[in-house]
Amino acid sequence: MRENLAKAFDLANTQILRRAQLPKTYTDLIGRKLFLFLLTLQGLVAFALITLGVILRKSRSARNVISPLIRQEIGRAGVALLPMFFFVALALGFLVIGQTISALARVGATDYLGSMMVIVVVRELGPLLAAMLMLARIGTAHVIELGTSRATGEVEALEALGIDPVHYLIVPRVIGMAVGVFSLTVYLIIGALVSGYLFAFLQNVPLTPGDYFRQLAGALGWMDFALVALKTIAFGFFIAIVTCYHGLAQPLRLEDVSRVAVRAVSQGVIVCVLIDALFILLYLAT
Amino acid sequence: MTETKKAPVIEMLNVSVGTLRDTSFIVLEDVNWSAIPGDFWVVAGQQHSGKSDFLMVAAGLMAPAKGNCNLFGMATDALDETKLTERLRVGFVFEGGQLFNHLTIRENTALPLQYHRNLTQQEAAREVETLLEILELTPLADITPLNVSDNWRQRAALARALALKPEVLLLDNPLSRLGTGHLRWWLHFLNRLSQGHDWLSRRPMTMIVTADDLRPWRHENRKFALLRDGKFFSIGFWNDVESANDPIIKELLAEPVELAS
Repeated sequence: MRENLAKAFDLANTQILRRAQLPKTYTDLIGRKLFLFLLTLQGLVAFALITLGVILRKSRSARNVISPLIRQEIGRAGVALLPMFFFVALALGFLVIGQTISALARVGATDYLGSMMVIVVVRELGPLLAAMLMLARIGTAHVIELGTSRATGEVEALEALGIDPVHYLIVPRVIGMAVGVFSLTVYLIIGALVSGYLFAFLQNVPLTPGDYFRQLAGALGWMDFALVALKTIAFGFFIAIVTCYHGLAQPLRLEDVSRVAVRAVSQGVIVCVLIDALFILLYLAT
Repeated sequence: MTETKKAPVIEMLNVSVGTLRDTSFIVLEDVNWSAIPGDFWVVAGQQHSGKSDFLMVAAGLMAPAKGNCNLFGMATDALDETKLTERLRVGFVFEGGQLFNHLTIRENTALPLQYHRNLTQQEAAREVETLLEILELTPLADITPLNVSDNWRQRAALARALALKPEVLLLDNPLSRLGTGHLRWWLHFLNRLSQGHDWLSRRPMTMIVTADDLRPWRHENRKFALLRDGKFFSIGFWNDVESANDPIIKELLAEPVELAS
């Protein structure tokens, strides 16, 4: 267990680089940043693979401990966030979708409404917004909780009890986050589309609910459902990986926790954008 | 004579010990030491002499920087998940307890049982009831560790380490934060564990403790060692400790400095 973690978290080099004095030239600085980026990427990939391995290998062990933890994480990263997501869905509907519908109606382009909503809300805005909110709300909590656990020696205590820290601390968070982002994205999209129409309806846009939802249904293909599901699960998985990695790997002192939380959120945003770009390529290819 | 026939439960051969935060920073070198079943070792040293790191290596929680450390005849490097049963024959009590603060004392104690035997929380709680009673923790069982004093926290850590009934118990400076009453209780209880507690079917438990004060550990059957200047020195029994001329040992035996009122 410790060996696994040590391999993923072998960050002695990155620590030295982070603490080193500023280089004298810009090329040195760029080189150092690139080197740091590659080392972090290596650690993240190793950590993701270790976590996947543990999820697959230990799916049947200690279920009476891990299953309640997974339920708890789904509650925290899903059910508990429903009010906030409904509020955001309303805001998204009123501020963006309603205005888009009104604008399209004014220029007589309501025929394009369905495909525009699917591209903007279903494929892009919904999943990305859900992921960002989850990163801010739950991801930071992961870093702080795990960083504190690490700093207070709880991780060593787990190892002393023969409990795999990845199984006990990471797996429930990763599964909870993946399920949470997927479910909340679905609620966010439905809420935004409905509230968007309500806003347009209040502005007397000549579009019946039947026409609106028929257009949406017509614009949605099976590929949209499949890719949105895959994308949101990927968002959840990788946000959890990035935040857990930083929480568990880096801080051995309590004073490092806040600094590492900021770094984890920045990297989480980058990872989400990269995943999104990958899925855009997939959409274009299909 | 009988001692030489017993296979060591822990054995260190030319071991170098690094620190937990930086394994390349060596705090102890060339450690050659072994503990056989039923031993009670007291490893003493001043602060930052490497006691905790030594114990972590002995328990297999940290790899030695150099040399070989064996637990029950198996290299600690090889103690992966497939050898978990061997790993669970060793219990570890951290200095300060290192309890999980989000769990109650009962849940902390039950966690290893719950995890390794796949018990429900209620089943595991029933299993640890006797242990909590023996350790006088029942009234505090439903309180989280941060809401009890250091004395009780340390005792809860002992309960958690004993939950799986290990054969070897390693304790990192267990008496350092205790009040007088609790200190007496610990010495008496550890002695009973070492000689064979009823709860363990009178099976003697092998104990290795670290200490920065030797006086409470006075006992004729205990073995003593000293960590000094990055080296491990086996001293012998209590009479050898008392007759030693080493200034560090004398310091570890000295009365604490009384502050002027």
